[in-house]
Amino acid sequence: MGMMELPDLLERVRQIGEEIIGPNAADVDGQGRFPTEGIEALKKEKLLSALVPVDLGGMEMTIDDLTKICTVLGKYCSSTAMIFAMHHIQLACVVRHGLSSPMLRTYLAELVEKQFLIASVTSEVGIGGDTRSSLCAVEVDGPRFVLNKDSTAISYGAHADDLVVTCRRNKDAASSDQVMVLLKKGDYTLEQVGSWDTLGMRGTCSPGFKLRSTGPVEQIIPGAYGDASSQTMVPFSHMLWGGLWLGISSAAVNKAAAFVRKAARRTPGQVPPMALRLAEVSNKLQSMRANVNDMANECAALQRSPDGNEAMLSMGFALRMNNLKIYCSSIMVEIVHDSMLVCGILAYKNDSEYSLGRQLRDAHSAALMVANDRIYAKNASLLLVHKDV
Amino acid sequence: MELSFRFATRPTNSYQMTIDDSIRKVLKDHANLSVDALTVAEDADLYKNGMTSQTGVNVMLALEGAFDFEFPDTMLNRSVFQTIANIRAAVQKLTEKN
Repeated sequence: MGMMELPDLLERVRQIGEEIIGPNAADVDGQGRFPTEGIEALKKEKLLSALVPVDLGGMEMTIDDLTKICTVLGKYCSSTAMIFAMHHIQLACVVRHGLSSPMLRTYLAELVEKQFLIASVTSEVGIGGDTRSSLCAVEVDGPRFVLNKDSTAISYGAHADDLVVTCRRNKDAASSDQVMVLLKKGDYTLEQVGSWDTLGMRGTCSPGFKLRSTGPVEQIIPGAYGDASSQTMVPFSHMLWGGLWLGISSAAVNKAAAFVRKAARRTPGQVPPMALRLAEVSNKLQSMRANVNDMANECAALQRSPDGNEAMLSMGFALRMNNLKIYCSSIMVEIVHDSMLVCGILAYKNDSEYSLGRQLRDAHSAALMVANDRIYAKNASLLLVHKDV
Repeated sequence: MELSFRFATRPTNSYQMTIDDSIRKVLKDHANLSVDALTVAEDADLYKNGMTSQTGVNVMLALEGAFDFEFPDTMLNRSVFQTIANIRAAVQKLTEKN
């Protein structure tokens, strides 16, 4: 099949961003609505199956390339980019841990054709955001299971086709003995609990839901979620988020740079005072980009290597992936804020071409979604035994 | 004859028993298992029996304290601490080096 090379694909995504995603971003944010047009446009390019192996009809895209796509999307609409990223985090779990299952292979081939959107059900009432603990359990009875979960937030839950749910292996299992279960449309019902009227990331539409489901046992993803979390869920989350946050940040710096250039053209021979601040924020952006690229290269190399999966279970890798998330989520807020200082009141106004209000509100979600303090606490614990800092 | 019979049913020697006893004591005190650490099978998956990444770190620290060594970073992954047998292999490797 005619598969696009990465530069062409990135250019195509950029076009979709310019023509469809960007023009709708303010409305998606203002209404707090699902970015239907953008996701549909990405489906047309078969981008919702980017990670699926070539022999099942997908692009078999690597994590570093997918990160670049997230960066392009992040420049236009944080919510669209986040939905795209979260879908791929779930898809990565199925692709990297489910290929031994004939039913899951069939599912992936169908996903290529129909471009199903997958949402994630990890958070739980009574647990909160600790993905490595579950109260709910999958209960197997013969060829079928029953799985019920009260989730505190399911991003685009009402708009997804399928779900990937974390839960205990059975009702006697310890809270950390978890598996992932794929739920297809028709297997489940969702009853919305609460609302999603937030400061930013409004288009992700992430209220709480009560999930009730039943399905065939083959949809229980093989292996332990503990391993899948270290090898796939966490690296893909932190990597793809880092990518889209880089997009948000670089869009903000681009606005600041355009503002400074315009000012400079009015007074040739005189460096506008805010150019100094632009130089400062460009420095931060470069560090952020270097961090994202460095970890993307490490992840891609590990995924190519025969003992990569074992290496991804190491503490050193976990530390670095956690640091990536903490760094990018923190520096992004600084970068957007600094860009706002460059543009001044025009960035503060909602109806100016230099407006950065939406980006600033979106940026503040990053330190909260999986709280940085929780991740710092994990790293603090790892550093009690990990030596090579 | 009697000796080989004993080895067949209890594939351990006293040195190994001491290591096993220490490992089980550490697990009992720090792993927060849902089963009895003193009797759990040596090939049972400790993560499936309630050990978390957090309590796993406590186990690593307590083992480093009990045996007076440090685990090299290459050994700090889930599989090394997944079962008592795996932990014993790691401990033996590190104590034999000294």
